[in-house]
Amino acid sequence: MGLELYLDLLSQPCRSIYIFARSNNIPFEFKHVELMKGERATMSLRESGFRVQKHLLSLTSFLEVIAILLYLARKFETPDHWYPSDLQKRARVDEYLSWQHVNIRGKGSKLFLTKVLLPLLTGQPLPPEKLESVTEELNIVLNQFEEKFLQDKPFIAGSEVSLADLVALVELMQPVGAGYDLFEERPKLAEWRRQVEEAVGKQLFQEAHEGILNAKNLTADKIAPELLEHFKHQLLKQAS
Amino acid sequence: MGLELYLDLLSQPCRSIYIFARSNNIPFEFKHVELFKDSVLGKKPAAGSGAEQPRAGPSNSEGAGKVSLLKKVPALKDGDFTLAECTAILLYLSRKYNTPDHWYPSDIQKRAQVDEYLSWHHANIRANAPKTMWIKVLIPLFTGQPLPSEKLQEVMEGLSTSLKQFEERFLQDKAFIIGSEISLADLVAIVELMQPVGVGCDIFEDRPRLMEWRRRVEDAVGKELFFQAHEMILSVKELSNIQIDPQLKEQLAPVLMKMLK
Repeated sequence: MGLELYLDLLSQPCRSIYIFARSNNIPFEFKHVELMKGERATMSLRESGFRVQKHLLSLTSFLEVIAILLYLARKFETPDHWYPSDLQKRARVDEYLSWQHVNIRGKGSKLFLTKVLLPLLTGQPLPPEKLESVTEELNIVLNQFEEKFLQDKPFIAGSEVSLADLVALVELMQPVGAGYDLFEERPKLAEWRRQVEEAVGKQLFQEAHEGILNAKNLTADKIAPELLEHFKHQLLKQAS
Repeated sequence: MGLELYLDLLSQPCRSIYIFARSNNIPFEFKHVELFKDSVLGKKPAAGSGAEQPRAGPSNSEGAGKVSLLKKVPALKDGDFTLAECTAILLYLSRKYNTPDHWYPSDIQKRAQVDEYLSWHHANIRANAPKTMWIKVLIPLFTGQPLPSEKLQEVMEGLSTSLKQFEERFLQDKAFIIGSEISLADLVAIVELMQPVGVGCDIFEDRPRLMEWRRRVEDAVGKELFFQAHEMILSVKELSNIQIDPQLKEQLAPVLMKMLK
């Protein structure tokens, strides 16, 4: 029994693992899980009894993707640039992976939930001030991302793509899936995106994002009731 | 000019780095940053980010402000190289100074367990434990408003849930998170859990298993060092005597009041 990856590509963490594994030709069995149907146990790694992750859950609360990505990188000895052995470059990757939890990941998810799910939950159109405020929050972290992490470099760690770029980009695709094209007025980000896509393989990248780019077509009847409840709860929490 | 660590021991991430460096006899220059004096505590102190952000200003924080791209504490400066984010700093130190293997085991499965904890920690323990300090000490201090008890109740419940998960999912029946030896995961966890203790919410009181684990962690790093690192937070009631920059008070009061709602 080899490597099994339980994934739903609507979820950012799942996409980064999927892309990383495929891009590096890591052999695995893809176990499709449908979050929207209320299926759980997404994103766990099972390999001869070793389970990195048992719990899990939704589009927004999974953080242990980093543990899985690092495990895969080490076990399958992927090319050095993904997690550079150079001490300082590696530290840059760690720094980004740490910072992004509450920032890019937090704000990107929030926008997606607010724009796509909130109207579905309330049955009302989304109040423009609400959208404006979550967009503004996201813009602030995008500025920080460009100024502090990317700067003038092609990639976060320097001249080559790393796990940091992959994790960052899949997160940024979430708001894009919600209809907010944050790359439109940010040429530096757009260029970086292009380079990351090329580095992992354009086709693979598009394939992994097919689902999320159709997220606008989600309707309430497609979502399991328990999940709707869960999202309602999360959005109310975030609204405070 | 060797390694410089910019720290304020009132901050949990700073304590884990301080304890780790001292416990491993890593030579460094301690650059004291006083969060309340020298800094703006972030625009919106979202208690999950722990993004205490010093402004590049007078004396103490000038170094910290310049040193870190993100203007945060903790910050590390090693020659021209600067680094922020607690996890990144701990890992950098463990690699550069070749600390004993158990801190971040070379065994990839054990290492994955440490990574897994460090990740989970952000949205869970770290999202809840710091709030106790905000609610019990800082908000009343800055706004002059009395302690909001229902809010505190809410926070304690959130923290309880995280603690339950911590015990059941990560600690279980083991001595330490990854097994028989202490690692970065335990260190990062313990400093966070001392925050509520410092403000009078003794979360270890009714949790014998946690209390035992805490004792083991203290022994593993050195009791004296552990207490020295926690001296400030354990006497945080003295904070009320701290002179807070009036401008800072003015700036933060409305933000903090918003946080209460």
